[in-house]
Order: sequence, then C-alpha cells, then structure tokens
Amino acid sequence: MSKTCTDVICPFCGTLCDDLIVTTDDEGKKILNVENACAIGAEKFLHASDHSHRVTRPQKLQEDGSFKEITYDEAIEYTAQMLANAKKPSMYGWSSTNCESQSVGHEIAELCGALVDNTAAVCHGTTLIAVQNVGIPSCTLGEVKNRADRVIFWGCNPAHAHPRHMSRYSIFPRGYFTGKGQKQRKIIVVDPRPTDTASLADVHLQVEQGYDYELLQALRAAVRGNELTGDIIAGVPKEKVYEAAELLKSGRFGVIFFGMGVTQSLGKDHNIDAAIMLTKDLNDYTKFSIIAMRGHYNVTGSGQVLGWQFGFPYSVDLSRGFARYNPGETGTIEVLKRKEIDAMFVLGSDPGAHFPMECVKEISRLPSVAIDPHITPTTAICKVHVPVAFVGVEVGGNCYRMDNVPIEARKVVEPPEGMMTDEEFLKAVLKRVKELKAN
Amino acid sequence: MSEYIIKNGKVYDPKTGLKGDVADVCIKDGKIADKVSNKAKVIDAKGKTVMAGAVEVHAHVAGPKVNEGRNYRPEDKLFTYKPTGKNTRMSGGFSIPTTFKTGYEYARMGYTTVMEAAMPPLYARHVHEEIKDTPIIDEGAFPVFGNNWFVFEYLKNNEMDNVCAYISWLLKTTKGYAIKIVNPGGSEAWGWGENCTTVNDPVPYFDITPAEIVKGLLTANEKMGLPHSIHIHSNNLGNPGNYTTTLDTLKIAEGVKPNNKFGREQVLHHTHVQFHSYKGDSWANFESGAKEIADYFNKNKNMTMDLGCVTLDETTTMTADGPFEHHLTSLNHLKWANVDVELETSSGIVPYVYDPNIKVCAIQWAIGLELGLLAKDPMRTFITTDHPNAGPFTRYPRIMKWLMSDKSRQAMLKGFKNSDKVIAATNLASIDRELTLYEIAQMTRAGPAKSLGLYDTFGGLAPGMDADVVVYDLNEDKIKDAEEIEKAFSAADYVFKSGTLVVENGEVINNGNKRTLWVDAKVPMNEQVERDVQMKFLKFYSMNLNNYEVSNHYVPNPYVIEVDSN
Amino acid sequence: MDIVKLTLTKVPELYLEAENITPDHFAGKTAQQIGELHVHLGNTTAKISDYFTVEGKGGATAADTKIIISGPTDKVKYIGMKMTAGEIEVQGNTDMYTAAWMAGGKIHVKGNVDSFCAIGMTGGEFIVDGNAKNYLAASYRGDWRGMQGGKVIVKGNAGSDTATFMNGGTIDIGGNVDVHLGTHAEGGKIIVRGNAKGRVGGQMVKGDIFVLGQVERMMPTYILKGEEEVELDGKKQMFHVWIGDMGERHGKRKGEIIYGKIYVPSGKAEAAAPAARAERKKKLTDKQLEQVKEAFKGQEPTVQQVRTYIYDTFDIDMKPMQVSRLIDGLKR
Repeated sequence: MSKTCTDVICPFCGTLCDDLIVTTDDEGKKILNVENACAIGAEKFLHASDHSHRVTRPQKLQEDGSFKEITYDEAIEYTAQMLANAKKPSMYGWSSTNCESQSVGHEIAELCGALVDNTAAVCHGTTLIAVQNVGIPSCTLGEVKNRADRVIFWGCNPAHAHPRHMSRYSIFPRGYFTGKGQKQRKIIVVDPRPTDTASLADVHLQVEQGYDYELLQALRAAVRGNELTGDIIAGVPKEKVYEAAELLKSGRFGVIFFGMGVTQSLGKDHNIDAAIMLTKDLNDYTKFSIIAMRGHYNVTGSGQVLGWQFGFPYSVDLSRGFARYNPGETGTIEVLKRKEIDAMFVLGSDPGAHFPMECVKEISRLPSVAIDPHITPTTAICKVHVPVAFVGVEVGGNCYRMDNVPIEARKVVEPPEGMMTDEEFLKAVLKRVKELKAN
Repeated sequence: MSEYIIKNGKVYDPKTGLKGDVADVCIKDGKIADKVSNKAKVIDAKGKTVMAGAVEVHAHVAGPKVNEGRNYRPEDKLFTYKPTGKNTRMSGGFSIPTTFKTGYEYARMGYTTVMEAAMPPLYARHVHEEIKDTPIIDEGAFPVFGNNWFVFEYLKNNEMDNVCAYISWLLKTTKGYAIKIVNPGGSEAWGWGENCTTVNDPVPYFDITPAEIVKGLLTANEKMGLPHSIHIHSNNLGNPGNYTTTLDTLKIAEGVKPNNKFGREQVLHHTHVQFHSYKGDSWANFESGAKEIADYFNKNKNMTMDLGCVTLDETTTMTADGPFEHHLTSLNHLKWANVDVELETSSGIVPYVYDPNIKVCAIQWAIGLELGLLAKDPMRTFITTDHPNAGPFTRYPRIMKWLMSDKSRQAMLKGFKNSDKVIAATNLASIDRELTLYEIAQMTRAGPAKSLGLYDTFGGLAPGMDADVVVYDLNEDKIKDAEEIEKAFSAADYVFKSGTLVVENGEVINNGNKRTLWVDAKVPMNEQVERDVQMKFLKFYSMNLNNYEVSNHYVPNPYVIEVDSN
Repeated sequence: MDIVKLTLTKVPELYLEAENITPDHFAGKTAQQIGELHVHLGNTTAKISDYFTVEGKGGATAADTKIIISGPTDKVKYIGMKMTAGEIEVQGNTDMYTAAWMAGGKIHVKGNVDSFCAIGMTGGEFIVDGNAKNYLAASYRGDWRGMQGGKVIVKGNAGSDTATFMNGGTIDIGGNVDVHLGTHAEGGKIIVRGNAKGRVGGQMVKGDIFVLGQVERMMPTYILKGEEEVELDGKKQMFHVWIGDMGERHGKRKGEIIYGKIYVPSGKAEAAAPAARAERKKKLTDKQLEQVKEAFKGQEPTVQQVRTYIYDTFDIDMKPMQVSRLIDGLKR
C-alpha cells in the first residue's frame, strides 16, 4: 500500500512548480515515487527520503579537524552565545528555507545587531539594484502563458537551470490568447554559447562575451530608430540588431527572461538596468515585461520578508539598531573580504561552495554555525553544523516564486526522528538570545 | 482584563451624539461599558479630546506592490529609521514604511482599524503575511474584482447567481473583506498596453464595458448584502477633464437602495476622489472640478467617498491601475514598476514628488481640501491620502489642520510660487468653512465604520462596542494656533485597542492583539462556478487550484463577519 | 578659524563609523566635549576619545572649524558625512562614505579613499590626493539624484560607477577610471585625464564628459558628431565630440534634441578593442597537480582542505566541484 500527495510544491528552483505528485509508503516515511517533477526536483525528494546518508544530530568541529556529535541544546547554546556576543555577526543564506523561518531569523538578527543577507548577493542582487535604479515592468508567469508571442531568454539557459519553465510558462504552453502554443511565439535567445535553449530559438544573437550592455543599449537605440556606430555591435551584425528590434516591436505581448549570464558578467546591474529600460521603451510600441530567472526556490521570499520588515531586499545591516543597505558595503562577500564581521551564521545556502576562496577562508577563521540538512562545503568549514528537516519535503511553509507569487510548500514525509526544523531551531536560539540580551 | 475610566474629557462621538460634552468613558473586558468598578484605573482627560479609535477606509499598507515599493526605494528609508525599542521592533521608511512602522504610526495617531485597499487574489497570501506582521491595528483587505475574467464572463452572460457564488468563493479563498474595483476593464486592457478611459470603452476581447462591470458588481454586492458597498476607483484617474468620467461612474448607482443588515446606507464608495475631480483638457489649463463632483455627491445620498488629499511630499504612487502608472512614468521619467496578474488585475508603482512650486501639484492639493469642505455630509466623506499615492498616511494630522483652519490654508495658498494661478484654477481661496472636531470624528471614525458595515463594533463609544478609545491633548475651545491640531493628532496621549492600552504619551507601549477582518458570505452551492474555477485553473492559471487558498494559519487571529446571502 | 586635531591611537578591531566627525558636530565644543561624541563599531558604541586624542577646540560655527585627522584612519567610515561648512584634512587614508551627502565646506584626504565617497553630494569641495574606489560621487542606491553640485578632485585613479546619476557639479580625475562612468547622468561635468575603461556615458541623458586619454571601446550608441574647439583648463583645444546615448530618452531645447557629450582630444585614436571579457577556466598545470598529490600523500583530505591548499599555494580559486573531481582523479 502507498499514499499519494498531490499539488506538491517543488523546493528546487525559482520556477516553484506546484503540480508534483508524490507517492510515499503507508507510514508517510519514505518517498517511493515523484511524478511531474524535472529530474533535479525528483532527485531532491528521493535523496531527502534516503536517510542512510543523513546526519541527524548537530556536530562540532574539534581541534584535530574532525567533527563530534553534540546535542541540539548544545548547538542552540553555541549559536546563541556566538550571535549575542559578536560585535557584528553576519546571518547569511535564507534562500532554501521558508518565510516563517526567515522571519524568526530576522528577529534574532535585530536583537544581535547582525547583517542579514541572502543568496541574491551572488546571484540576482544586481537585478535588485537595477530595479532600484529604474524600476521593473513585469507580470506573472501566467500572463506569459496566456498572452506572450515574443519570448527572449537573455543570458539564461532554462533547459538546464529551470527545466520545466519552458513547458509550463514560456515556450510551449497554450493559454487563453495563445491557443497555438509555440507556433504563436517567436523565441529569441541571447547567449555567447550555442546552448540547448538556443537550439529552440527562432533567432539566436551570439553576443560577444561581456558586451551585453552595449548590445542592449544598441537595441534600445534601434527600437527608437536611431543610428549606431560600427558594423558589428557587440559581436552581432548591425542589420541583425535592427531586425531584432523590429521583431520585438511587432509582437503583441513580449517578455524578457534573464539569468546569471547578465547579472554576474561585467557591468552586472547595468546590464539588467539596460534590459529593463529596453522593456520600458518597448511599452511605447507594444506590451512588454521582464522577469528574472531566480535560482533558489525561496530566494525571492527572503527578499519579500526582508522588504516588509526592514525595507530592503538583501544585504541588510542591522548592526546599529536600525536598518541600512548598500551592496558593495553590506554584502556578505564584501564584509568577509574586508574582515568587517566577527561571526558567521549560515542557513539555507552554501557559501563554502559559491564564495571566493578569500571569503571561505575568512568563514573558517571566524566563529561559525551552518544550518543545513546536508553535509556541504560550508558545513565542512564551520565550527558547528546543525542538520535540519528539509523544507518542502519534511516541513511546509511559505515560498515565493520567481514572479513573487507566494505558494505554500507542503510536507510530504516525516523527518528522521528527533530532527528539528529550521523554524524550531531558530525559535530556540531566539529564546536563548533574548535571555542573554536581558542580562 | 484591566478596567479603565477616562474621566472628564471632552468627548466627540457621533454614535452617542456627544459633541464635546464633558463625559466619562468606561472600559471593561475589552469593550466600552456603562460603568466600571472602583478598581478601574483612572485616566484624567480634563481639557482633552476623547474619541473612538479612527477607522482607515482606504490605504495601501500590505501586499506585493507595497513591498515592491519598499524594496525598490532604498532612498525612501534614508535617515528615517527609529531603532528597536523596549516594546517595538526597529521601524523605518517615509512614504512606504515597514509593516512594524505602519502599525506603530497608525496607532500613535489613534487609528485602530485599517483597510488595505487592493489585494490581487493570486497574491492574497502575501498580503496576509504582511498584515500578520503589522502590529496593533485590526486590518482587512479588499480583493480586486474589476478586471477579473470570471466576473467579465458571468456579467456578459447576465449570470448574476454565478457572479455572487464566485464573489463568495473568492472572498473566502483570499480572506477578503469587500469588492474593490480599480479602473474597471482598463487594467485588463493594459494586458495589451491599452486602457479604458470612459465608462463605455469596451474591454478588448471580452465584449463588456466598464459601466456594465460596475453595475453588475454593484447589483451583486446588494444582492449578497455584504457589509461594505462596492469600493471603486473609476476609469481615467489623474487626467485633466476626468471629472465627467467620475460623474458617469457615480450615476450608475443613482437611485439604487442599499440592502444589508449592517446599517450601511451607501451602495457605492468612490475612493480618492481628488484624483478624479479634474477639469481642463491639458496640464496647461488644468483646474479643479471639485465643485461639480461635490454638488452631485451632496444630492445623492446613497454614496460615500474618501478624499485622497495631496500632502505635497515626495511619495510613491502605487495602484492596481497599471496603465495610469505607465502614463505617469512617461511624465516624470522616474522608475516604473509594473505587475500584470494573470486573469485578475494589473498594478504599477512610480515615485512622485508633489512639489508645491509646481502649479499642478498645488492645484491637486487644493482640490482634495475643497472636496472635504464642499461635501456637506461628513458622515459620507472620509479623510484619506490614498496612502501612499497622494501622501503618506502619517500626514493625516496635517490634513485635519488644513480642514479645521482657514488661516492655515490661506497661508499655504499665498506661499505657492504660482499662487495667483493656483487660486484662479481652484475654489479654495473663497471657502472659509472650518471643520469642527465633531465633524473630524464623523469623517475619521463614525463615517468610515458605518460605510464598512462595522458601526456596531468600531468608530463609536456606545457601551458594548469595542473599546478603541483615543485621548488627544487638544482643547477645541482653546486652540490658539492651528499647529496644535497637527501636533495633538500626530501622537495621542492614550490609545486603547480593544481595551488594551497600546499608546501612552505618544509612544507605543504594547503590541496589542491585532485581528484580521474578513467576510464569509454564504451563498448556495453552485456547481457551474466550481466547474468553471477548476477549468480556468487547469488551463489558464500558473498555479494549481489546491494551492490557491490562503490557509487559516496566515490569519491567526481572525474576525470573521458572516453574511447569510441565501 | 579654530583647529581640532584628532589623532587615531589604535586601529579598530573591525571598522569605525564616525559620522560625528564633521565641523558641524564639533562647532562650539571643547576638546573634552568632542571626545564625548559617539563613534560606532558594529553594534557597540564608543566615544571619539576611546580611539582618538583630541586637541584644540571647535570654532563658534562649523565654518570656523577645521579638523585635522592623523593616524591610521584606513578603517574609519563616514568622515565628513553631511557636512555643511568648515574644513577637514586627513593625513592618511580613509574608508567608505568620506564626504557622503556633503553639502558645503572642504575635505582634503591626502591618501586614498574607499568606495561611496561623496555620494549624494550637493555642494562643497572634496579633494583626494591618492585614489578613490568605486561609486565616487554616485547616487545612493535607488536615488535618481546623484551629485548635484560641488567639486570632486581625485588626483589618482577612480573605480567603477563613478558619477552615476550625476545632475550637476564637477568631477576631475587625474588618472584613469574603471567602467561605467557617468551612467544615467543628467547634467554636470566630468574630466578624466587618463584613460577610461569603457561604457563611458552609458544611458546618459545630458552632461559633458572629457576623456583626455583613451576610451576603451566607445559605446556603439555614441555617434561622432565632428570636431569642436572647447575651452578646458583655461585654454582652447580641439576635441572630437561624440553624442549619445542614442538608446536613451533626451529632452529638447528650442526644438533641438540635447544629447550627452563625450569629448576626446583630436588626434587620440580609440584604444584597440580589448579581448573578449571572459574569465578563463582555472586549471592546474601538470606540475602543480603533482605538487598537490605530493602534499596530501597518504591522507584523506577534505575538499575544502585541498581547495585551501591550492588557493594558498598557487593563488587559484577552484570551485568545490572541480576540487572534488580532482581528488577523485588523484585517487585513481
């Protein structure tokens, strides 16, 4: 016998598919099968359910470099002491957890005068900066499905990074005004490489690597019917730029999806700034929107909760008892590089794998705690590793999709016995921090 | 629960008819009481003003566009922050404060109930997450219906039962309070970059007009007997000459009688009327149409309005009226955010600087006040700024000052750079009416509570009502300088929310026990609507139907108004 | 003019936030009163006198007050923030936000400054003898009102994002600037005496940029309008004038469209187009591989141990995935 859970939310990428069907054993302990998910999403469920490789109790780094098991209470005490005693602790991650946990984390951060930052710092933070400079005309993914006849993928490769994006929202689906699906859409891919997504495109603009900004501004000039200097613009023949501009203007509803290819290449926020302004310009001729291909399934949610509690979407510095924000100063990579913090708390992210080595070394030098269901390159360098239940598999909670639509994740199986969730652990730390700060 | 007696204050309460009479107000078990025991704590309000907690009828304080506004305007927070306090979280932001600041600032001004004016149903969970994090004040949210595909199709086919069943389902699913209509049809047209600027412009592909949408939803609202009426932001907002569109919209309600068990007397609430009362045909000959609107409004008793007063600040405009924001960004070139929401609505955000030295801004300022002064019935006219569109809600005390003091208005008028032109384009210079504190109580307490169908609970000081009571350090008989009015209303001496003392001497001392108001309207089961909902989610939504409903734990302390619409 | 001498006596453990060091805060105060003013380090609050020796006294007004700061001030932020009058002279280097939101007076830093200096400046004079890092005289995040007035002189180089959203005033850079100079500018004048790294005047609406060295690859949205004689540093010179950004909106004056302008001295050729801006994949040479193998012989090192070793020894930052594969390879 088995049990079936429908409408399950996938805690992998920002596409946040919510139509998974998960079959578990009768006791709701082991996942037997996952339907509708992409290969990565399905693996995430099955992997979580295989308890053989899971660490189920906190462990602490010993002087000889090995880890020794400690109790949750000891881990809570270490974490609370570390945060409460630090002059400027950093609390980083928050992208692979639910909004409820983020909220508790923020309260701890406020009490301890910490920096709170999420993975946007190494991903779409530049997008957020661009939005702060020029705004963002956008729409929900359902609008794309129902209306879009011009779809641009700029510096992103959903075929690999957001596998179901194209079938659910952007290229193939048939919506209210798009009954013919893909046939009704023109697909443009801008990428220096011939990717799998590019192979689906009607037009592939092979931009010279690192010149997206120039190409975007050139497109804006072409949309306005202005002159351009040079015959080859950022690797693309000038005629092709004008043709692409006409193609965009001739649609009834267009959308630009963009990813790390533009957010983290030279120019960063300026590339997105120009892409947003291109979108804005196109609204003088037709209807156009732009959507960031957010990575982690709830990095968007972290930005939302930070937003309504402190007014800024990431890299928030609470050290002075009020909130400040300025990536370039308050970002986690910068403060690690500049040795501006004295304790590091990581939850729901893996900076040990994604940060520059200079920062990784600094984390390993500092008092540090990593909260993660897995053993990761981050847990390997932190003083204490606290394993927790998987959000979206073993515990539910609210998450935000890449278009900011909130979807409540579901619990499908029980975590290994005695394991805490992010939220429970944080609440215990908060309680202890309050005690410490009261003295 | 503690007992309190507020002694010897000058009480202004339309519910009990007190017009500044000296009286005691008793609080017991969270309610207003006839009397209290001798253990009651005594608050001496001698020479001070006592009113019920104020009720906000229309503000954008929670949800996706509010938060996008926060996140995309870091500069709005610069140097505004107040650090963590003994009972308070850190709070900041000027035009779009954080949720904590929103709760604290409303409470400090004596506001205890607030309605979020536009909730996109797909984002309802987000709205409730923010409401949950807004301390002290009771809140409800209005889901938007005016550009909803279900509504369009049922109305087009004249299926009134289905409209009602769908409204009932959506209010329950989103935990919503009332039917909000924003730029009917126009926000759907914006899906194609178009707009509906009159009540007769057909909505592209849907074969329906704004007038039909408004009429249909109004009919459904009265058929269902909901506590609030339809709450409308009509077409053509913010454009010179739009007062005719506004009148066309109001005329839809002419002669319709209200049907409800909540004591509500209007069938239509028109919001932020200032933005809809413009004459002229360009920004060059732009002038006030407040008189025309107020005249119509004074004659037709079955409608209410809120003002949407411009406060001449740097602020952030945000509305479910997507095409308007696009228009605005083309005028001021400031950053533009837009979100079109599948099957439901659109929305936009643009920062705006209402500069007193710019003629148009100064005229807008005058129009809001004119409406407040020309409208004869304060029970039907409510003070708002359409926060944050015409200015932040923290400026309400300033608006009260302007409405209560002709001298302060004239000083403003004379101080404008284009003073002569502003005076010529408006009527304000010739209006010397000064509102009384009793009228302010009508406009901010009794009136809005009544229009929301909540006048048995909120907005008054009759025994049995919720003990939301405010004491201001202001004596109407002894006001020497109008600035005293602004000062007193900015930070109340005492604020009680449901009998709990939450503000003392202008500072928040308790986070109260906030509730979320929503309306559960029971209508007969309707299989057709159930099938339609399932079909539309399967084919056109990007989310599964089973993940759409806002589950109860996002509304941890609900205040459910049940309506038997059978 | 009264002089206050501040000498930093100990290097702060983290970074010191010292927005109170301005003539505005010091005016009318004795040395002791000045010493009582707060500085901040993380979530702790200290007094100026905990870190600095204070000599002299403030003048009657800010305008009558001069502050001379010496000592290792590399880790001090916010010096001269929001100052409106008077003078500050710093003998060494300063950190971020020096002269931020400055409205008047004069700040002279004899060493280098870090990022975000003179952001949101509305008036006064800010002089740096050394180099400035990124976002010099830019706007604060999200603000469309960047530098609005005053003068910034940097004798060395400046980093990227200089003068973003500039609306007025003058910036004079003696050396080179990194990418994105004068982005979104809508007024003001920028002079770069060295080379500019490219993307000069991107999205510029209005304003003048002089680059006396070379521009590495002019934006394709700038058009060479012709040659013009323009006065600079008191003498008339011939410049090639480029107008743009053709992708951006522009206002009109008397029926004529007003563009942003980039002036490059006649006779200076455009710098050769640089190679593609790609980062090459980092790989170890065979010899380096051998060395790694040797170092961990007979051990079971973790990924992070090997990664750290490679970084420390060869200055190559490899991703954990790469290192993991490398370890697997070494085992075989």
